[in-house]
Amino acid sequence: MIAEIGLAALWLAAALAVLQMVSGAAALRAGEGAVDPLAIYARPAAIVQAVLAVLAFLMLLWAFAITDLSIKLVATNSHSMKPLIYKLTGTWGNHEGSMLLWVGVLALSGGLLAAFEKRLPQNTMGATLAVQGFVALGFYAFLLLSSNPFERLPVPAVEGTGLNPLLQDIGLAIHPPTLYAGYVGLSVAFSLAMGALLTREVNPNFARVMRPWVLGAWVLLTLGITAGSYWAYYELGWGGWWFWDPVENASFMPWLAATALMHSVSVLAARDALRTWTIMLGVLAFSMSMLGTFLVRSGVLTSVHAFAVDPERGSFILALLGLYIGGAFTIFALRAGAVAEGKRFAAVSREGALVFNNVMLSAILAIVLLGTLYPLLTEAFNVRVSVGPPYFNPASAIFAVPMFLVMAVGPILRWKDDKPARIQFEVMLVAALLIGVIAAVSFFGSFPFLPLLGLGLAAALAVAAILPLRGRKLTRVPVATWGMVIAHFGVAVSLFGMACEGAFTEERLAAVAPGGTEQVGDFSVTLESVTPVAGPNWTALEARLAVSQNGGAPVILAPQARNFWSPPQATSESALLTRWDGQLYAVIGNQAEDGRWQIRVWWKPFVTFIWYGGLLIALGGVLAIAGRVRVDVKRRSAVAKADARRADLEALEAQPAE
Amino acid sequence: MKTRLWLWVPLALFAFFAGLAGYMLTQPKDQFVESTMIGEPLPDFALDPAFGGLPGAAKADFAGGRPRLLNIWASWCLPCIAEAPQLEALKAQGVEIIGIAIRDRPEDVARFLARYGNPYTRIGSDRISEVQLAIGSSGVPETFVIDGEGVIRYQHIGDIRADDVAVLLAELEKAK
Repeated sequence: MIAEIGLAALWLAAALAVLQMVSGAAALRAGEGAVDPLAIYARPAAIVQAVLAVLAFLMLLWAFAITDLSIKLVATNSHSMKPLIYKLTGTWGNHEGSMLLWVGVLALSGGLLAAFEKRLPQNTMGATLAVQGFVALGFYAFLLLSSNPFERLPVPAVEGTGLNPLLQDIGLAIHPPTLYAGYVGLSVAFSLAMGALLTREVNPNFARVMRPWVLGAWVLLTLGITAGSYWAYYELGWGGWWFWDPVENASFMPWLAATALMHSVSVLAARDALRTWTIMLGVLAFSMSMLGTFLVRSGVLTSVHAFAVDPERGSFILALLGLYIGGAFTIFALRAGAVAEGKRFAAVSREGALVFNNVMLSAILAIVLLGTLYPLLTEAFNVRVSVGPPYFNPASAIFAVPMFLVMAVGPILRWKDDKPARIQFEVMLVAALLIGVIAAVSFFGSFPFLPLLGLGLAAALAVAAILPLRGRKLTRVPVATWGMVIAHFGVAVSLFGMACEGAFTEERLAAVAPGGTEQVGDFSVTLESVTPVAGPNWTALEARLAVSQNGGAPVILAPQARNFWSPPQATSESALLTRWDGQLYAVIGNQAEDGRWQIRVWWKPFVTFIWYGGLLIALGGVLAIAGRVRVDVKRRSAVAKADARRADLEALEAQPAE
Repeated sequence: MKTRLWLWVPLALFAFFAGLAGYMLTQPKDQFVESTMIGEPLPDFALDPAFGGLPGAAKADFAGGRPRLLNIWASWCLPCIAEAPQLEALKAQGVEIIGIAIRDRPEDVARFLARYGNPYTRIGSDRISEVQLAIGSSGVPETFVIDGEGVIRYQHIGDIRADDVAVLLAELEKAK
């Protein structure tokens, strides 16, 4: 029954998406103020659809929890002997399940928009919901016609084939759902942008409606990318935290677009400028999400995220992409010219700085997009290339460095028009920090250029981030401003971690006999023993490494070379020793013929700051949402009170005097 | 309403991408890594014998004007068992096959040949896949057609099936 309930819920949700689309379109056609009998269904359709899609997902979750082996997806991706947590996370550790999660989040964000957003004019809201329903419909079709997660087996399997061991990790519980929520949450920004474009209602009110959605999706994306990066770092056992892999890029590109969008929507809300640009970014952000889904799901690019490759599914998603992205860009090209131009501003102003950084973010996006798609282009001419860090790092740095510099001073500029002379002191301070730190570090040794620059920028940015608080009474600073300060400070923290990892990492690869000792940085690492250990569905060779810092009391690290038997696969489980100023990262390799073991140990100073920074950035986003929503609720209740008072007064005056 | 040209740029870029991706999706995805060494002379190598029964293999063994097969295999490789009869068939056609055993042990090589037959005239032992990588082979088994000048002419990836025997014979004929 479970599978049938899930499938029925999906079909019903698809039908409601059609209703939502038709009803939303009717509202758009009727125009503001007019009432179309059809128009009233859009909101309820979106809400019920969300409930149904979530129900379908819960049904699949349940099927995985009880390991219902009559369902093909469960039989091919799960195993009765797996720990419960990995049975559950296995729900989205495969193509069909993750697409169901994708669609579930899409419907849920549409439902939330329909339920809580009351500020937009009726026709814009109708158009928005119509677009959201239209997008959802395509993905329901994809799920139901080519990736049905609830397909039954003619004969139930005796046992499942298991889940890829790399995915049997707590990381899978956190990383994909947050990332997806962010990815697909951007669909609301897309629909709102299209809705506003269709009704030409691109104004500060619209921006205020769009802002929390963009912020919310952006926070989730930030968390998802941060978690994913840390997961790859400790699970893959390569010691790296970012690989410029196509799938990583697929999550990074929507983040770049969303970051630009979040800033430009703020300009639109505060100053009524950047109208067309905001719409463009709104379309672009979700387009990048869909593009990423296509790249990941179709297998046109090779990646460490080896998903099942199916050209038919690839073609299906490509057709959806053509419909949505192509359609959106066409409407944009036709309509954007008709959107009245926003307010003007001087080059030296806060808008100016935000525009500059928006352009820089878009340029980085273009760099990453080009690097990701370049192998696709050359393969069309039968040349295989692999684009990696030697391209991505310097090419994105060209735009990232000026962006960071402008980011340092942007927040202290005034809106509309400002004089460079007014912020002379701050500019000098930032420049002095930048140059001072670079000079000081180069004094101690020769380091690669980019990490060195990163260290200088991190110091300058950290101080610049708190400059907007200067001379203000801290208790009176709005929550949203605190959000900005913390997020910008988080960028500095993250940059500091990246630069330290790049500049100061020490690596030691050695063949060690039991009892032997190696030195890495301040640590001496002694291989005590290598023993076999067993887990619920794996066996492993576990090395016991006694690690002591500067001759202090030893701590035991236990990296493992694990062998899973269902499906059979070997993984390398790294062992980490976290100190406030960095991490020791140990991996065990093969045994050499003479009985010695390959041990690989890194000392990575301040590497954890990369992810602390990511968390700070996300926290900043959360504060910004909280601040904006609070102000908005206050304003609305004030307006409501004023209305009520006016109504009372009118009622009083209307009473005949006695 | 005035339309501006730059507004069409995103659509044009996207259309280019969609066309490219659509084209690439229709292209068959090759599962194997083809050697870039085809048409190139063999790299220099001289390998020790893989076991006591046959001499080792070197680049010099491919000289002398006659095309030969170079078979990359290993005793631990299951598809190599499957291709053994086809190698025998090729040998029966008068083809000289020189083997390179990858990461193998002499006693295992001897046991394999005793059990599945020995189509080779020479077998070199490539203990660290050095020669294998140098000639651009990414797996076991693989078979190369080498012409009389020692130039790599053709690469067969995977085990040799019954249908492939004729193909290899034709390639050997072409290499003459």
